[in-house]
Amino acid sequence: MIEVIKSGLYSTIQDLGRFGFENYGVPISGSMDQFSSIISNKLLGNKDQDAVMEITMTGPVLKFLEKTKISITGADISPSINNNPVKLNVVHDINKGDLLSFGKLKYGIRSYLSVSGGFSTKEVMGSKSMYPNITKSFRIANGDFLKIKALNKINIDPEITKIDYLEHFKTNKIKVFKGPEFDELSGIQKHNIFKKNFTISNNNNRMAFQLNEPFVNQLNPIITSLVMQGTVQLTPSGKLIILMRDNQTCGGYPRVLQLNESAINKLSQKYMNNEIKFELIEN
Amino acid sequence: MKSYDLKYKKFGENSILVEWPSIICESILKNILLFKSEIVKAHLDINTYVKTSYNSLLVTYSKKSVDSIKVTELKNIYKSIRSIKKQVFNKWVIPVCYDISFGKDLVFLEKSLSIKKEEIISLHSSKEYRVYNIGFLPGFLYLGGMDTKIHHPRKEKPSLNIEKGAIGIGGSQTGIYPNKSPGGWNIIGRTPVNLFDIENASPCLINSGDIVKFISISLEQYQLISIEVESNIYELNKTLTDD
Repeated sequence: MIEVIKSGLYSTIQDLGRFGFENYGVPISGSMDQFSSIISNKLLGNKDQDAVMEITMTGPVLKFLEKTKISITGADISPSINNNPVKLNVVHDINKGDLLSFGKLKYGIRSYLSVSGGFSTKEVMGSKSMYPNITKSFRIANGDFLKIKALNKINIDPEITKIDYLEHFKTNKIKVFKGPEFDELSGIQKHNIFKKNFTISNNNNRMAFQLNEPFVNQLNPIITSLVMQGTVQLTPSGKLIILMRDNQTCGGYPRVLQLNESAINKLSQKYMNNEIKFELIEN
Repeated sequence: MKSYDLKYKKFGENSILVEWPSIICESILKNILLFKSEIVKAHLDINTYVKTSYNSLLVTYSKKSVDSIKVTELKNIYKSIRSIKKQVFNKWVIPVCYDISFGKDLVFLEKSLSIKKEEIISLHSSKEYRVYNIGFLPGFLYLGGMDTKIHHPRKEKPSLNIEKGAIGIGGSQTGIYPNKSPGGWNIIGRTPVNLFDIENASPCLINSGDIVKFISISLEQYQLISIEVESNIYELNKTLTDD
């Protein structure tokens, strides 16, 4: 069990998502940066889809009420155990009563905390990922008690130590496919969308990232159609919106681009005013 | 069965989008749903997901890449659909209280449409609606087939707190808010019935293609049904239809 002393800015429990209910309007959800959440599980010998805590920008203060092992990956929010700074991307032993806290944000924006065996909070419709009106609460709150699995024996895949974790944060290139309405853009727009740099607006969350730069929209609206995580929509007012993990399942804006999985993970570590550039994957 | 000229587009790493002509109509919707059920039958892989909307269907495969073989496979499934089998849908009767304490925008609509609210209520509760889409919120039903006299654009400024069960008018469609939420539809009433329940194996009772009919109930009946719903003894009226 973990006691939440302070929740942090926006901390949630996430796994790799809730599948099979999109036709009822239920988003897939799951960790925003699945590259990092999977590594944090692998370090502990957990399954990739085991539930982790997603920590955003300002970390929580957590008290462990039992012995376990943890790993923290993704953004560097200066984690400490009992006020002693600890490293990312390695395994730490935790004793009963230990306090995990966070400090200054150094790079990235979302950090992932895994515990041995995974969090065992309530599963709803096949997933532990928090989402409003699906799970009882949609974020972790002060005073919550979070169940965790009993300590596992750890078998680490040696390949995991060879990963260059920082590479994931360095690039501003966001790889995309053409979206279903891409071909309706004008020649100059098709050129500009890959030539210009775009910046992330303050309107960015688990649902979607809006970009600051206006992008003229002369496309006809479409009849409400299907969208996915990573779909880039062009709104009537000329804004580009990138759908993220808690995206709505359908939408009526033209879908001009589609991020690949790795690009969604990379974008999840960017925040307001960060610059990105779309790069086309030919297929 | 009418066969449509479909467009197949690769969408992202592992999905294929299938598009029907850009018209909203029942025959296209039924055709989409029939194709969906045939795809689900043909794919024993539980990690293949199919979702639908007004004019499209999206197949997402578990493999991180799709090739032209998958498109050929889908085209063959579509070609092999026979019209022998009738499609069957559920028809639901949903009680709605159109009292102005729930129908917060009825007075506004009365003015804006120049139709008396009794007439709005009678027009709204006399039609049978088709579920074209579920989305926006978990369990939000988009219902088509509303009388043109009561079509009305959505609000320019969405309301921040729309009650669970609220019935709204948005353009040519009517819809039901399954949970408390912000929203831009004009609210004309409220149902006491739970239409989305995470405790059920299938959280949403109603599916795309189903028929919904509203019946007008009084405030007293609303309260009575609310108690039955809370005690888990209320059952929605449901019949089968091949319409």
